[in-house]
This record gives sequence, structure tokens and C-alpha cells, in this order.
Amino acid sequence: MKGILKSMATTLSTFARKPVTREYPETHKELPERDRAFPVLLWDKEAHEPFCTGCHACERACPVECMTVLMKDNPAHKSVGGESGRRKIIDKFWIDYGRCMRCNICVEVCNFDAITMNNTWEGHEKSVYDRADLVQDLPMLLSEHRSGELKPWVNE
Amino acid sequence: MTNALQPSEFEVQDIMINMGPQHPATHGVFRMVLQVDGEIVKDLIPHIGYMHRGAEKLSETMDFRQGIGFMDRTEYLAQFNAELGYVMAVEKLMDIEVPERAQWIRMILCELNRLSSHFMFTGAFGTDAGVFGTSFTYAFRWREEILDLFEEITGDRLMYAYFRPGGLAWEVTDNFEARVRQVLELSKQGIKDIDGLVTNNEIFKARTQGVGVLTKEQAIDWGTTGPVLRASGVQMDIRRDEPYLFYDQVEFDIPIGQNGDVYDRWCLRMEEMRQSVRIVEQCLTKLQPGPIQPERMPRMLRTPPGEVYIRTEAPRGEFGIYMVSKGGNRPHRLKVRSSCFANLQSLRDMSIGQYVADAVLALGSMDIVLCEVDR
Repeated sequence: MKGILKSMATTLSTFARKPVTREYPETHKELPERDRAFPVLLWDKEAHEPFCTGCHACERACPVECMTVLMKDNPAHKSVGGESGRRKIIDKFWIDYGRCMRCNICVEVCNFDAITMNNTWEGHEKSVYDRADLVQDLPMLLSEHRSGELKPWVNE
Repeated sequence: MTNALQPSEFEVQDIMINMGPQHPATHGVFRMVLQVDGEIVKDLIPHIGYMHRGAEKLSETMDFRQGIGFMDRTEYLAQFNAELGYVMAVEKLMDIEVPERAQWIRMILCELNRLSSHFMFTGAFGTDAGVFGTSFTYAFRWREEILDLFEEITGDRLMYAYFRPGGLAWEVTDNFEARVRQVLELSKQGIKDIDGLVTNNEIFKARTQGVGVLTKEQAIDWGTTGPVLRASGVQMDIRRDEPYLFYDQVEFDIPIGQNGDVYDRWCLRMEEMRQSVRIVEQCLTKLQPGPIQPERMPRMLRTPPGEVYIRTEAPRGEFGIYMVSKGGNRPHRLKVRSSCFANLQSLRDMSIGQYVADAVLALGSMDIVLCEVDR
């Protein structure tokens, strides 16, 4: 009987506590700075082109092979009359978010700091009805950073 | 009425009951075929393998950095402990010295992971024992605090991929120590809550005492490890017997049970949680600033040929990694010695002669993770 009364007392004591649950669709949990969502590409705002040169380092290091990278000669390179210092630049880039396991390896192997893990999504914004829609192409991958939606992060 | 049938003339047949693979009480996709006489279990045949993803075979195609993510997914309630085994195996093969700070942080995270895993146990086992929902909400309230801390450090709630051969992937947050202390205070409150709610409750005691008994001899015979073995009265803990990290520099007790029943396993895990809090508190006092990766780390990890077996004490028992390397950047063979797989074999001995409902309780008391059983 003593034990049961103690259980009751424990239950009663929780009435005095502040609730920890959130009214989910209205209020969201604030994401920590380091939050790791899916990888996105970064936009060089000075040169007006992506940082990525299409060197295939992330593609080779990806454990689940969710990336496809194609490289091209940079049309804006100095040798052809442009202003950019990048001889090669990314042509096409696809990441299949349905396969990505968010391991952060692509960020670590990148030689040009061109890719990072997004830290603004809470997950549900990316839900789609068709799996094929999860494949992101280059403009989609760059759009987050170009529009300045990314929060500052620390993991770089 | 002399020709009426006497009871003894009936042919009594046992019934075979199929439980699972989709059953809320089997903690995942686990199927057991029960041979029952009325309500009494006569025989139990566990069928495993429904969750087999081939993680071991898959790891052979992954280099040493890529394999870490799959260890998270093998043992999804004690991810840091699983990662630790893997990276320690690579470190031993490559003969890398891990900086002190990295080791202390690893130890803190592993012990906090043990806490969160045991909180999960208290919730899930409460559901098995009939404290439906209540224990889950109580346990998850405190588990969430620990997961929030992990998310702040690693950036992910469950699949951390934070340990690296040689140390850690990146430095912990600036307010790490203060946050850990805060989480510890909350965890202490959580342990007190769950203890008060369940442990001394007479109804819970009546339900669990004397159920699912595993004697000392049976526990050793079946090769069980961790809380299941200790609850049967064998004082064996790899953290003390073969210290890895800095477990030889901290003080902690190894609780053991008396009867080896389900109630003992519950009490033992509650005590282990208190010991984990104690270990983390000691680690925090010894944490010094310093590097978290060795000065010279090769960009591509390559090991010399060799083989190594690393055993660590995960929340569910001995988590072993057997790694064979033939040189190169990926393991030639990786074998995960899963604690749950060995513990699960003792389920038959625990359940025979008990009620069907008690078999569920015995299964729950082992705190199985089916992902780890099948890999």
C-alpha cells in the first residue's frame, strides 16, 4: 500500500510542473545551430557562381551513392575573357534526398567548402507525394544559400 | 451413466500460437511460436531475421569513415556505444593514439547514451507490464532532454555519426559542461520519478517478481551479457574487467541482482542509471581542454593487414566488433557481436512453464533492439 501511495504522490507532484510539450503545428521547436538536415550547395556571392567545381570528391565519398555530379569548363574563366578564377565549374548536380543518410561525409571531404548540411529545415517541408520529387537539381540545391535563408552554422 | 467419457480419455493437444512478427509487444519484428497448454507456455521457438539488412556485409563495401553511419543504424538506441566499438577497432588496427579530451568526451556521451537507452527501457517495459502509456510519457520526458543535448552537439537526434577513428568529428559546443550538468540534474529527477512511480509499487512487484527467472548457470550457459547476466547474480562488466577509454580512472559500482527475475532486471537498470550519472559527474571534473583529433591523421584511412576484436559494454551487454583487414581502406570482414542476439537465446528458458503474458514480460525485460539482433 505504501508503494502505491508513493506512486500517486509522484503523479500528483507532476501537476506542479510546467508542461514540456508543444502545440506542434502552431509552435515549433527551435533547431540548434548545428542541426543537420540534407546537404545543399553554397553560392559564391562575389563571383556570382557556385563554389562547387564538380570535382567528384563528395560523389566518391558518399556511402549511399545519392549524388550525381557533372563538370564543365567555366565559361566565365579568365582565359575566355571572364573574371572567374575557376577553370572548371559544376554543370549538373543531383542529390537524391530519398537516399541521403545525412552522415556529413560530403561536407568533410569537400576541398572547396562548397557543400554544407542545411540547418533550417524541420523536415516536413520536404515531404512529397512521389519519391522522384526528392531528387534535387542544381538550382534547387543552390536556392537556399542564394536567397540567404541559411542560418550561420559552426560545423565548417 | 457408465459410458460417459472420462477426462483422461480425451486426447489433450497443445496449441501452437504464432506471436508476431507484427505485434506491439515484440518490440519490433520478432516472431515467436508458442506451444501452449491452456495458458502455460510449454515451448517457445524464436524466429529472428525479419529485420536483416545485411549491415555487416554492407560494411565490407564501405571505407572506415562511411561505415560509422551504419553502426548507428545497427544499434539505434545506443548509437554512441555502437560507433565506439567500430572506431576503436579501426584505431587498434591503425595503431592510433586518441587524445585524452576526445576519450573523456566519448565516455561522457556513451554514459549519457546508456541513460537515454535505459530511460527507453523503463518506458517500453512499463508498457509490457501494464503501466500503459504512463511510464512511456514519464520516461520520454527525460529521455528527450538527453536527446536534445546530443542534437546540440552532433546535429542529429538519433543517427549521430560523431565519432571518428582518432577522435571526434568536431569540437563540442562551448557550453558543453554546463549543459551536461543541467541534463544530469534533470536525469536525476527523472530516475527519482520513475523509481517512485513504479519500482516500489506493490502491483508492479506482484506482476514482476518471480517471473522470467534465469538462474546463474543458465545465464552463463546461454552467453548472456549485460544487465540480464548481472541480474542473475554474475558480477561481470567489461568496463571494469577490461577497461577501455578511461573507465579504470573513475569509480562506479556494478550492481547485481539476487533472483534473476524480471523485477531484478528492472531494479538493476535503475541502479545502473544512477551509476552512469556518477560516472559522468567524475568525467566532467577530469575534462581538460585539448585537441580532439591526433595531430597527424591521414586523409584516407588505410589499415595494415590484421584482425582485431573489440568488446565494449553497451547498455544491453557486450557489444563486440570483429574486424579483419587485408590492408586497404575498408574492412575485409566485419562481424558485430550483438548483445541482444545472445540474450534473446535465453528467452526459451525464461518462458517455459510460465503464462503467455509472462513470456511477453520476459522478452520486454531483455530490452531487445531487433535491429541489433538481425543487423
